[in-house]
Amino acid sequence: MTDTTAPLISFSDVKKHYGEGSARVDALRGVSFDVTAGEVVGLRGPSGSGKTTVLNIVGCILAPSQGELRLAGEPVFAGGRWLRDDLRRLRLEAIGFIFQFHNLLPFLTSTDNVALVLQLAGQSRGAARRRAQELLDYLDVGHRRDAFPSQLSGGEAQRVAIARALANRPRIILADEPTAALDSQRAQVVMDLLRRVAIDQHAAIVVVTHDDKIADRFDRVLELRDGLLV
Amino acid sequence: MNLALRDIRHNIGRFLLTCVGLSLLLTIVLSMLGIYRGLIAESLTMARAPGVDLWIVETNTRGPFAEASRLPGDTREAVARVAGVTEAGSLTFQSVETETAAGKLRLYVVGSEPGRPGGPTRLVDGRPISQSRYEVVVDRSTGLGVGDRLRLGRREFQVVGVTAGQVSSGGDPVVFITLRDSQKLQFDLAPPAARRELARGGGEATSDIVNAIVARVNRDVPVAGVADGVRRWKHLAVLTQEEQETVLSRSVIERARRQIGLFTTLLLIVSTVIIALIIYTLTIDKTKEIATLKLIGAPDRTIVGLIMQQALAMGAIGFTFGVAFILAMKDGFPRRVVVEAPDVAALGAVVVVVCLVASTLGVRLALKVDPATALAG
Repeated sequence: MTDTTAPLISFSDVKKHYGEGSARVDALRGVSFDVTAGEVVGLRGPSGSGKTTVLNIVGCILAPSQGELRLAGEPVFAGGRWLRDDLRRLRLEAIGFIFQFHNLLPFLTSTDNVALVLQLAGQSRGAARRRAQELLDYLDVGHRRDAFPSQLSGGEAQRVAIARALANRPRIILADEPTAALDSQRAQVVMDLLRRVAIDQHAAIVVVTHDDKIADRFDRVLELRDGLLV
Repeated sequence: MNLALRDIRHNIGRFLLTCVGLSLLLTIVLSMLGIYRGLIAESLTMARAPGVDLWIVETNTRGPFAEASRLPGDTREAVARVAGVTEAGSLTFQSVETETAAGKLRLYVVGSEPGRPGGPTRLVDGRPISQSRYEVVVDRSTGLGVGDRLRLGRREFQVVGVTAGQVSSGGDPVVFITLRDSQKLQFDLAPPAARRELARGGGEATSDIVNAIVARVNRDVPVAGVADGVRRWKHLAVLTQEEQETVLSRSVIERARRQIGLFTTLLLIVSTVIIALIIYTLTIDKTKEIATLKLIGAPDRTIVGLIMQQALAMGAIGFTFGVAFILAMKDGFPRRVVVEAPDVAALGAVVVVVCLVASTLGVRLALKVDPATALAG
């Protein structure tokens, strides 16, 4: 990560199509946007508008057909190819993912789910567990540290998932419908948390959502329709 | 953090149930190996029991177990006088079916001369045969005990001793009677047939026939040299103890050995397929978790480790249960099942290989999982 003043996410004229010829589907038709540190940006649009494709490209799990992607000022994709070999490492250290259905590993406790990503990044077991417990306390689920995901409520599980996403102190957080499975009150709590994380960690947060309950909780909302920002 | 172990602990009931299923399969594999070893052990029991160096049989035969062999009864005296031979005994062998209080009983009857090689050894009850007629020493597996009576042919015999583990290559319990009784049992004509022979003018046929002569050789004399000496008699053939054991283990039970070998191979293939399917199914069940792991940046080795370690754990636990089952059950089989440590170790190594091979299917599936699946809701 080279330029500290640059937008944390820079999406420049990104196009993505699937298939060729008569089977060609244009998922993104030249999308550009930036997200800076501390911003919580909503990404909305009807099904098939390209929201998940944007998330997959920013998450470095899908290559664009054309365009440029820069993360924290560093070019990651340009000229039709990835510019880094270690995308897995980039995802592990620089990007946090939050899912619609928490996606916690069912056989790990809350602490272990969070500690896992820290250990994958090379931290010792003890240090990872200490950091995991700090994060769980920060997100008000410290009292559920030894519970398995099946023993957690939807809101608790989502907070543990957020703790996991924050574990390696990523500057970029991608959330896919993080409140869709929660009631209105819990959805507001999750949005409060994301806002706090954006401020405390100077992180750029992109939230894909259909959820009207949280429509007014973003700094900006990007509206996608048929592969274009409107 | 060992994800495989955590997953196993979290789903311990299902995992152990799967292991038990696998262990039953491995128990069958081990029992087949044990039956095969038991066949060899049982077939060699008869050849090893007399503790002799040479088996003298009819020329051009490999008797008495592989082929029929008939020798004049006085051959023993000639063999006993060969230089280097310290002891020699005549033996007869025949299969008999008789009736006891417990029902029909198939027996392998050995006729031997008391005090000479070939008789019963290691009695677990009673005494050796001491009278010239109508006494019998039986194997424990007949269910008979000292004092019981046993009908062989037209005669009743008194059980005077009991041996253990003496069975034929066919698994029938062995009983020992005197050579004279056995010759009567095997070669005497039934009274109507004998009367018919007399009416036809035929004399009474001799029953002084034996199936084999066994001989012990002085330790200071080469066995091969003594065998060569006996072979000079054109009507005799000689097998050393080693040759006799080879005939039994490689020839008499060869088909059974190949049959069991093929069956065991098929079972191992079935085990491989079953383990592969189990691992594949477990991997499919974890597609979402694997996609999440990939998305959050877990290296492939973490995911491969999760699958392979579970496969190996399943194999190890299934194998351990399988060994425990067969050791607990082996004495309940109708025929001897011999579980030998090298066989168990070899199967253990095979199970490790099978688990690794079987898990490749799951590993391939896991490596193909698209991390984007985790975002698919």
